[in-house]
Amino acid sequence: MTKVQNNKAWWLVLPVFLLVAFSAIIPMMTVVNYSVQDIFDQSSRYFVGADWFRQVLQDPRLHDSLLRQFIYSACVLLIEIPLGIGIALTMPTKGRWSSVCLIVMTIPLLIPFNVVGTIWQIFGRGDIGLLGWMLNDVLGISYNYAANASDAWVTVLVIDVWHWTSLVALLCYSGLRAIPDVYYQAARIDRASNWAVFRHIQLPKMKSVLLIAVMLRFMDSFMIYTEPFVLTGGGPGNSTTFLSQTLTTMALGQFDLGPAAAFSLVYFLIILLVSWVFYTAMTHSEKN
Amino acid sequence: MNKREKVSFKKLIPLWIYLLFLLVPIYWLVNMSFKTNTEILGGLTLFPQDFTLANYKVIFTDESWYSGYINSLYYVCLNMVISLSVALPAAYAFSRYRFLGDKHLFFWLLTNRMAPPAVFLLPFFQLYSSIGLFDTHIAVALAHCLFNVPLAVWILEGFMSGVPKEIDETAYIDGYSFPKFFGKIFIPLIGSGIGVTAFFCFMFSWVELLLARTLTSVNAKPIAAVMTRTVSASGIDWGVLAAAGVLTILPGMLVIWFVRNHVVKGFALGRV
Repeated sequence: MTKVQNNKAWWLVLPVFLLVAFSAIIPMMTVVNYSVQDIFDQSSRYFVGADWFRQVLQDPRLHDSLLRQFIYSACVLLIEIPLGIGIALTMPTKGRWSSVCLIVMTIPLLIPFNVVGTIWQIFGRGDIGLLGWMLNDVLGISYNYAANASDAWVTVLVIDVWHWTSLVALLCYSGLRAIPDVYYQAARIDRASNWAVFRHIQLPKMKSVLLIAVMLRFMDSFMIYTEPFVLTGGGPGNSTTFLSQTLTTMALGQFDLGPAAAFSLVYFLIILLVSWVFYTAMTHSEKN
Repeated sequence: MNKREKVSFKKLIPLWIYLLFLLVPIYWLVNMSFKTNTEILGGLTLFPQDFTLANYKVIFTDESWYSGYINSLYYVCLNMVISLSVALPAAYAFSRYRFLGDKHLFFWLLTNRMAPPAVFLLPFFQLYSSIGLFDTHIAVALAHCLFNVPLAVWILEGFMSGVPKEIDETAYIDGYSFPKFFGKIFIPLIGSGIGVTAFFCFMFSWVELLLARTLTSVNAKPIAAVMTRTVSASGIDWGVLAAAGVLTILPGMLVIWFVRNHVVKGFALGRV
């Protein structure tokens, strides 16, 4: 659609701008403010420049949780995106069952984060949970998310898959529904294989919604906090202590506001950078 | 399409497995909410042997429990109204006009979804305390606008771009003023878009806990924060915890039920 150049449109955007700026810019500036000062209490604070940044960039604890975070987010994307596409492709397109599928798939999305943690906390326990009981007593696999680091890590990953794959699937489904039937008819005339239909018709048409899905999933999995916190509290050891939790402990637990603020800015920049790379990579390949 | 339908049954098996995977943990929660604590800890039963509503009774008779639900619903609805009413004109501007800095503004709005909430909690707390909004529903509603408004603008813009511009022009020629055109003609046209947007706003505001918990203490405390009460000196009250969990799922199910046709139609339009 050709758009008209009209700067008066700013008046329509102004309420949004003011509302978001109020909640975004003031807290953000406060964080910037913390990150360059050493704060002892309300009255005594010193300007320290880039010291905190230098310190947090060399902190091995943060390196560890950053690495864990990247591995975790990569796993989340590698599982959820293909699975979501697959589910969207198999979903019935019309009739009663398509509504049933849509509704069932939306349920996990509408459960508060900490309740998701609670559900799996109960579900995975060896004594009172179905999953823990199945694995331990029926299949004979020793499983205990509270004591075994790899069990805890896998559980947090499964929770995320359970919670968010539906979002990817729903977005892909909406992209698929936008493909006119004519395309499929043309492909049938050409005797295109299923793979060719997927590769040359469905995938390109899903590109814009896939972009949204990848970005949303990356951002949210990179900022995961509540589920591991409820499930394991970050343990056992440090196996499920992700970045957000390291930061919260630093800021609120130990009251190291300066380093925490400095690191949260670095954190924000990492998310921004990765999202930007995804965005340009996907929109760039669209042009070719 | 006939060939597709014949193979469809076999093709659907992975889908059923996936749906089962989604439902089993929820089934377990519901199952547990109808059991007594002795039965929960006594052994595994697939259905409650000693069916009880006592866990739910605890929640519905104790004010500190049910007020949590009212608080949550109150700020979620408030947030939905605020988000939609500011996002509608903005989305219209983005879909119809080019203006100074429009692309940058759009990207800036989206970056707000990327800010890690963990460390912004303290500044948020200080900000809302200093303007005297701490522990009010409006504070949580405003804070949730940070991520809901950009999303609402994004979704609505997609739907509005699907409405041909000729409709606007015809209406202006017919003598409609902008507000009258917007309310009488344009909004009904994107009804399902508004439904989908409201659904997403509800969803993200309802599930958010960190900000809601930080900005409230007593009067506007959300249910998700009240749930931590089940951990007491005598251990965790599993039955009540499960019942409270079930009750947090219900409002979401109701919303899906009401907007299901819009959502299906909205998804069918192909832009979300």
